[in-house]
Amino acid sequence: MSQSELKSRAASVEFRDVTKKYGTEVTAVDSVSLQVAAGELVTLLGPSGCGKTTTLRMIAGLEMATQGQILIGGADVSRLPATDRDVSMVFQSYALFPHMSVLENVSYGLRASGQKKKQCIERAEHGLDLVGLAGYGARLPSELSGGQQQRVAVARALVLEPQVLLFDEPLSNLDAKLRRQVREDIRDIQQNLALTVVYVTHDQEEALAVSDRIIVMNNATIAQIGTPRELYEQPADRFVADFIGEANIIDAQITAVDKDRATVIVGNTSLQLDARGLTPGAAKLAVRPNRIFIQTPGDDAAGLAAVVEKATYVGDRMEYKIKTELGELFCTSEATDQAIDTGKHVTVQFDAVGPVLLPRGS
Amino acid sequence: MLSASRASRAVWLWMIVGLVGYFIMPWYILEDGFFSFEWLDGYPFDTDYAPAAFLIAQGEKLWLAPLVLPLLLPLVVIGNKDRQRFSTLLIIAGSAGLFYLFAQGFAIGIRGFNAEWLGVLFGELGDRQFGFGYGAVLLCVAFLFYLTTGVAARGYINGDVFVVGAIGFIISIVAIFIFFPIAQMLSSALRDNDGVYSLAVFVAKFSENKIWGLACLSENRGCGVAWNSLFLAVIVGAATTVLGLVFALVATRSGFRYSNWLRALTVLPIITPPFVIGLAIILLFGLSGTITQWVAGVLDLQPSRWVYGLPGILIAQMLSFTPIAFLVLIGVVEGVSPSMEEASQTLRASRWHTFKTVTFPLIRPGLANAFLLGFIESMADFGNPLVLGGNYDVLSTEIFFAIVGAQNDQGRAAVLAIILLLFTLTAFYAQRRWLGRKSYITKTGKGDGGSHSLMPRRVMWPCYIIASIWVIFTVTVYGMIIYGGFVETWGLNHTLTFKHYITAFAVGVNDFGLHFKGSAWDSFWTTLKIAATAAPLTAIVGLITAYLLVRQNFAGKQWFEFGTMLSFAIPGTVVGVSYILAFNVPPLELTGTGIILIISFVFRNMPVGVRAGIASMSQLDKSLDEASLTLGASTWRTFRKVILPLMRPAILAALVFSFVRAMTAISAVIFLVSAEYNMATSYIIGRVENNDYGIAIAYSTTLIFVMLSAILLFQLLVGKTQTTRPLTQSRTNVG
Repeated sequence: MSQSELKSRAASVEFRDVTKKYGTEVTAVDSVSLQVAAGELVTLLGPSGCGKTTTLRMIAGLEMATQGQILIGGADVSRLPATDRDVSMVFQSYALFPHMSVLENVSYGLRASGQKKKQCIERAEHGLDLVGLAGYGARLPSELSGGQQQRVAVARALVLEPQVLLFDEPLSNLDAKLRRQVREDIRDIQQNLALTVVYVTHDQEEALAVSDRIIVMNNATIAQIGTPRELYEQPADRFVADFIGEANIIDAQITAVDKDRATVIVGNTSLQLDARGLTPGAAKLAVRPNRIFIQTPGDDAAGLAAVVEKATYVGDRMEYKIKTELGELFCTSEATDQAIDTGKHVTVQFDAVGPVLLPRGS
Repeated sequence: MLSASRASRAVWLWMIVGLVGYFIMPWYILEDGFFSFEWLDGYPFDTDYAPAAFLIAQGEKLWLAPLVLPLLLPLVVIGNKDRQRFSTLLIIAGSAGLFYLFAQGFAIGIRGFNAEWLGVLFGELGDRQFGFGYGAVLLCVAFLFYLTTGVAARGYINGDVFVVGAIGFIISIVAIFIFFPIAQMLSSALRDNDGVYSLAVFVAKFSENKIWGLACLSENRGCGVAWNSLFLAVIVGAATTVLGLVFALVATRSGFRYSNWLRALTVLPIITPPFVIGLAIILLFGLSGTITQWVAGVLDLQPSRWVYGLPGILIAQMLSFTPIAFLVLIGVVEGVSPSMEEASQTLRASRWHTFKTVTFPLIRPGLANAFLLGFIESMADFGNPLVLGGNYDVLSTEIFFAIVGAQNDQGRAAVLAIILLLFTLTAFYAQRRWLGRKSYITKTGKGDGGSHSLMPRRVMWPCYIIASIWVIFTVTVYGMIIYGGFVETWGLNHTLTFKHYITAFAVGVNDFGLHFKGSAWDSFWTTLKIAATAAPLTAIVGLITAYLLVRQNFAGKQWFEFGTMLSFAIPGTVVGVSYILAFNVPPLELTGTGIILIISFVFRNMPVGVRAGIASMSQLDKSLDEASLTLGASTWRTFRKVILPLMRPAILAALVFSFVRAMTAISAVIFLVSAEYNMATSYIIGRVENNDYGIAIAYSTTLIFVMLSAILLFQLLVGKTQTTRPLTQSRTNVG
């Protein structure tokens, strides 16, 4: 079986000022440059219509860039159609050929590349083994569950040992419980085989969980590139802060900057935060809902005075909409047993490490 | 690069095809047909049968020699890494080859040079040539695909050799077999009887009183044929639309339990040769018709020939084309989302109010569509006016008589054909431009639960009554057709007999085995053979076109679509006239062959194949193609391994329907049949003209049953495919 062992031929992907236009009006991707290192899992994340799927399809060769260069493994593939690129893709709908058995599906790409039938079958079976579907080869795709179909689609893409493996929202057709499991399986396979994977999703939690790095896209351009932790804790702008886990954007005043620490006044409280290169003056502060603490009066804590406008019980936490002098804030509390009623006067405090200053002009 | 080697492989393939055409296949068209293999006697030296290379070696037809240059030119660049040079040379080789091939073909005909100035320029030739044969066609194909491969290598459509080749192929055949004949017809209309171009002659012919006269308004004479056709088509369009709507409403919104049986009616026009309804009308209302005689007996009147003329054509066409309107409107009526009607009802509208303010406005564009279809069908109809026309002349029959009658005036036929074409094209254009945008079909596939509400009562009862009368009438008509074949002589002697069937279809045994004695067998076998040959070709051309339209994007796609659907709007008589004008001289000398019949069927029925293909392909998820492409399969492999297998029901549908339509066609066929290749329908029309109704009806009945069994067999096959492959995502949708 050593011959049929799946090897990784992972290669890097690079975009140089790539633009994609449909007709003359619509710009789906606007001079994007990015790099994906070999063996890395990078997620393209963004709201629908941001250009992430178009970007993925340009890597696959299903769309041709209007301008710019696309390199895979250092070679320029900009003009190469999908057939001739060493890239496989797992589709949102899985796109399993309904008239072929599972084994025929998995060996389809091997056959197309002209390999001997026996070898194809051997490798296809190994691929099925890898995704835990050994023995399912003779079935039709319609005889499998959604999760199994998904794994067949992965096996079909894997056995070609592509330089780059692409996933287009692979979990969106699975039910919530299965998603976590499949997500972990994909990550395991990727790490074991050291594959280069580009992964598209609009689900920020999925992106945070699965990626080495995330590329956040908005309006056909890249909003920010970074590790999950960087994106969550140091969003580059208001859009990223709000898209990756919700955030309250609050007006604040930087009174002093000492080395990298800024003294920030928010309402009647003062915080010491990472300055992120800002100078004293007006600034915007992003605060995650779980970084705002809400207390009933009588706890005699200092803080911002607020009124609870709406309290919602969502099972594992309480969600509050509160009104303060800074505007409306959204915060959560895990203290579901001590829910605070609507209309109550409360005080609000910000966590010492959670809030983050946003660069000006964002 | 991989795709470069693919392009090189394509060039090798087409070069071999071209070499076979040039060195092996007979260059000129063979009088006895290729498959008689008569030509093997004397091949390869006999100049009638020789390949081009042998002709030249013998010092004959030396003007064919230069063709070898463009054929071999790609050898210079094959496997060349420089794509720019590769593509430029291929484009040059392909276009130069095509140009020279056609130039010499058109320049030198059966009387030497076709134009005087050529003789002046090159000196008298003293030689002649016939139409292109298989050799020339293969070479032509090779040049065409050189050209497309070259264009693909330029990077057009991602450098996809298969897609560019397919586009080039479809454009070429549509140009040759649809646009070229129409252009020939136009040019023939512009010439006088001596072949001199003259606008005055055209204007005179065009504005003739026989065509545009309005005498019927002021005196008791007939109007011009153009007005006759127009008047008839408008009435038929309106009447079939109303009847079609009535049926659609009864079928979907009456709660009538057997309403599904009504849908079976839609099969009738498909399997009924167009003039058969006309025959049945004669049996009922003709001079010796059952009803005429009965009424005359009861009211003590002299039986009259009242049915010949407008009334007869009107009845026959309404019977023939109502099912077509029904087919269109049932889709429209079902397409109105039930949730809209339910919404209206929850907003406290009554059923009548809902129907008037929601349902009806939503189906109105569909009504216009059905009207235009009925209009086009009526304009193009040839069989019924021929059988029932009497003194009421219409364009389609007038064209026929201009050619076959004592006049034999091709110019006049061409002018009439142009007028007819103008009418149908205008309707076709209106249908596509004006209605294309106004579709209110609200079906989205999902979230459209609920069922259609019933018709309001004041609509329901009139619908029931009209539908019942019509159904009884239709059943009577078809009963007449079956019964009529077993009657000795209609109107005179109603003894039952098998005489007609025996005359037509007798089978005897002689020394050589089975012997088909009946007079109809010849045309029957020819029809089967030609329809069976045309069907797969129609399906292939239709499906490739559908694939290009649904799955590929390229510049000029709208024009491509318009061109391929255009033949739907070209009446058969116009096709017939234009084909005999375009294809009776070299280089495309096809009249009198079976090939011209096959070609006319392929292009007449192409829209059927295209629509079946589009309907089923739009239901295939596009990501299936894309998955195949990203797995490294070429577009050609994807087409073969993924798309074709999934479209099996559509392929079968296209096959069966083009087969059946080829069997029932008459309008184009009647111009193109020859003694050797006579078709069933033209044989029947011949019998009718001899007042030999018995055989005509017996033969028609046989045809109807043959086609019915073809369709049932098809249903069986499709049903079977769907049970063995439950996940096949495609649904048969025969449009």
